[in-house]
Amino acid sequence: MDFSKLNWKKVFLTAGIPVIVLVILGLLPVYGSAYNLTLFTYFLLYIILSVSWTIFSGTTGYISLATAAFYGVGIYAAALYGEKYPLIVVVLIGGLSSFVLAFLVGAITLRLKGIYFAMFTFGLVLLMKEVIYYWEITIEGTRGRFVVLESNETIYFYLLGIFVITMIVAYLMKKSKYGLALQSIGENEEAAAHIGINVTMVKILTYAVSAIFMGATGVIMATKLTYVDPGVAFNPLMSFSPVLMAIFGGFGSIYGPVIGAVIFTYIQEKLTTGVWNKYYMLIFGAILVATILYLPSGLVGLIQRIWRRVSGGQRAHT
Amino acid sequence: MHILEGEGVTKYFGGLAAVSDVNFYVDQGEVLGLIGPNGAGKTTLFNLISASLVPKPGIIKYKGKNITGLSPYKICRMGIGRTFQTVKIFASLPVIENVRIGALFGSGKRVSSAEATRYAGEFLEFVGLTKVGSLPAKDLTLANQKRLEVARALATQPELLLLDELMAGLNQTEITQAMELVKKIREKGITIVMIEHVMKAIMNVCDRIIVLNYGKKIAEGTPQEITSSKTVIEVYLGE
Amino acid sequence: MELFLNIVLGGLLIGGIYSLVSMGLTLQYGVARVLNIAHGEFLMFGSFITFWLQQHRVDPLVTVLIVGLLLFIAGFIFYRTIFTSIRLRSPNPGVFESNSLLAAFGLYFIVQNIAVLIWGTTPRSYSYLAGSVSIGGALFNENRLVATAFAVAVGTAFYLFLARTRTGKAIRAAAQDATTAGLMGVNINYTLALCFGFGAAMAGIAGSLISICYPIFTTMGLQQTVIAIVVVTLGGLGSIPGSFIGGFILGVIGSAVTYWDAGLAVASYYIIFILLLLLRPKGIMGK
Repeated sequence: MDFSKLNWKKVFLTAGIPVIVLVILGLLPVYGSAYNLTLFTYFLLYIILSVSWTIFSGTTGYISLATAAFYGVGIYAAALYGEKYPLIVVVLIGGLSSFVLAFLVGAITLRLKGIYFAMFTFGLVLLMKEVIYYWEITIEGTRGRFVVLESNETIYFYLLGIFVITMIVAYLMKKSKYGLALQSIGENEEAAAHIGINVTMVKILTYAVSAIFMGATGVIMATKLTYVDPGVAFNPLMSFSPVLMAIFGGFGSIYGPVIGAVIFTYIQEKLTTGVWNKYYMLIFGAILVATILYLPSGLVGLIQRIWRRVSGGQRAHT
Repeated sequence: MHILEGEGVTKYFGGLAAVSDVNFYVDQGEVLGLIGPNGAGKTTLFNLISASLVPKPGIIKYKGKNITGLSPYKICRMGIGRTFQTVKIFASLPVIENVRIGALFGSGKRVSSAEATRYAGEFLEFVGLTKVGSLPAKDLTLANQKRLEVARALATQPELLLLDELMAGLNQTEITQAMELVKKIREKGITIVMIEHVMKAIMNVCDRIIVLNYGKKIAEGTPQEITSSKTVIEVYLGE
Repeated sequence: MELFLNIVLGGLLIGGIYSLVSMGLTLQYGVARVLNIAHGEFLMFGSFITFWLQQHRVDPLVTVLIVGLLLFIAGFIFYRTIFTSIRLRSPNPGVFESNSLLAAFGLYFIVQNIAVLIWGTTPRSYSYLAGSVSIGGALFNENRLVATAFAVAVGTAFYLFLARTRTGKAIRAAAQDATTAGLMGVNINYTLALCFGFGAAMAGIAGSLISICYPIFTTMGLQQTVIAIVVVTLGGLGSIPGSFIGGFILGVIGSAVTYWDAGLAVASYYIIFILLLLLRPKGIMGK
């Protein structure tokens, strides 16, 4: 590697800032308060979900409403195997199970128009809830189960790890040949198919990979819950929040969902502990509608537009 | 062996036959014109060849091999490229990126990023779009967008190129330029099938013409034969 | 024989309501091109309005008409404000479909939250026409028979409206090709909003009818939407007659499965959904 040719400014921006952020985040449990630890745990949770969602839905335009299903699979993996295996193994099980589920969903629906995919994923959360509920009642005779507890620090560091991997995958996907394929599918799927891209396989694989992180996160967050049952694990709100965050933040870049996640997690924290607790679904729903109407390219899109107008001239979107 | 042939190619939409029992062939190196009134089934036939649709019944063979039912991406990698009647460029991406993607994925061979960029540059130059390489594709004029589609299709290293109404919506100058482009492509050794309504272009450039009407092939022959065919004149000018 | 009647007739009875709900959804998607995943929430809201009115001594069957009107207005307004706005900002139909889907997702949470705020989360029910009728030895509640009759009547009335009136023709034209219909003099914004309103009204009416027979709760919407989605796919996306038939078919299947084990109902619907997507996505009457 020829060091003299490197654009140091660019290196600093793309690699330096994330490293600094990572160090700060890594030191948080040591220097931060317990409240902050919890808050940042939730930040990481929603960042991971929003970014994972964006990896597939933000690029191809196929709207997945099944995030909660994959997350719930992770929760149940923790509930089923948390006592038998070490946490890292359970995380892998959760991630892998979500991968398989998403692969199946993709194989069934992604050969067809996007509307079928949206419809199918919308109902998937309900399906999972009913199926697991049935399993528990009929086959096991119990409802709900208990999960092994982990310390807050463990949870935080696991999430941090998943966060790093998710961001790296998102970044690599965007910059690679694969990312170009995804983008072209989003721009014009028929054209993409006709210039040699195996669009079905690309879609299915990307969707399945994005689900891994959702499942892994589910495993970790389950350990906070102590008790899970199908209603707790498969909650439509977990499909909604990442969508809202990604759209508000702007899914054109990988930082959009991050910004959206941080903002809304913070708002959610404030709302759920105050007098507004009963209203926050309503408020978030209204914000989503407003965002679609007035801020379709999200916050990041807005900032980009302002930046372009300020710096003048034409720049192609790369 | 013909580079492309179709036997009994048929496609129904509901009760209507968009393409009905069409037999055709294309020889390597020739320019075949495909004409007919609107709704005659020309684009549907292209869709059947490029695998957007599957003929039912009917068989399509490329270089002697049955390609009926294969996926579009396979057809492309085997060497058939196409452009679309309604331009399907990647609008938000830069012009050069559009072509690069074609080079990266379409040839059926491993192409490195650097090679793809080089090919993209070459094909942009071939169609005359080098100057606008970094603009977002949606900012191009219609004529240029069509050229971009051609460049992108060429980047997939096709042996057979399907051009769907390349000249629609172009003015006289642009049409002449497009005709030149077609000739240049032919000089490269690429076989061409072109759907066109602009008669001047068809007559000038094509070696052979097939005429479709209501999904059926009603005439086939050289430009002279077609222009003097009573059936064709009736179809285009009415009784 | 009794068992058979119980299952089949019972299935047809609930199927009639599924038909109505699904016809509403098809209308919204087939014409207005909005996949309204908040459809079930409109249904739920309709059922609660009826419940509330009935608490104030209004006859439930009368409330059905009130609910229909109220939800029609609500749907019309939603379309005119939210979805028309999205349509005008969307560069192509694909973007409109995605954005309106997401907006509907937002509506899902808004409507549900409002309902929970007003009525809480406990199930509600009331008694109406609770007497039983015997058909071939199988016993059915009067309310179920009345509800289904009403549902079928509304569905048929709407079908006739589509086929015979000028507005109906405008709707059918818009369903085929909104742009051309617009060029032919159809007031597209108005017509599409009308469709969305009708769709919402059907959901609300179905909800009212459901409240007559079954307990209702503010989270019932999701399952109803999912059922409607499966019926719509079964019947063929965009086909109103398809939804009509599909509703009855799914009702009977659901009835059979529920007899065997009620917990498997949703799973069985999804199996049908999966089979459809794998074998015949365009459904029974899809184009």
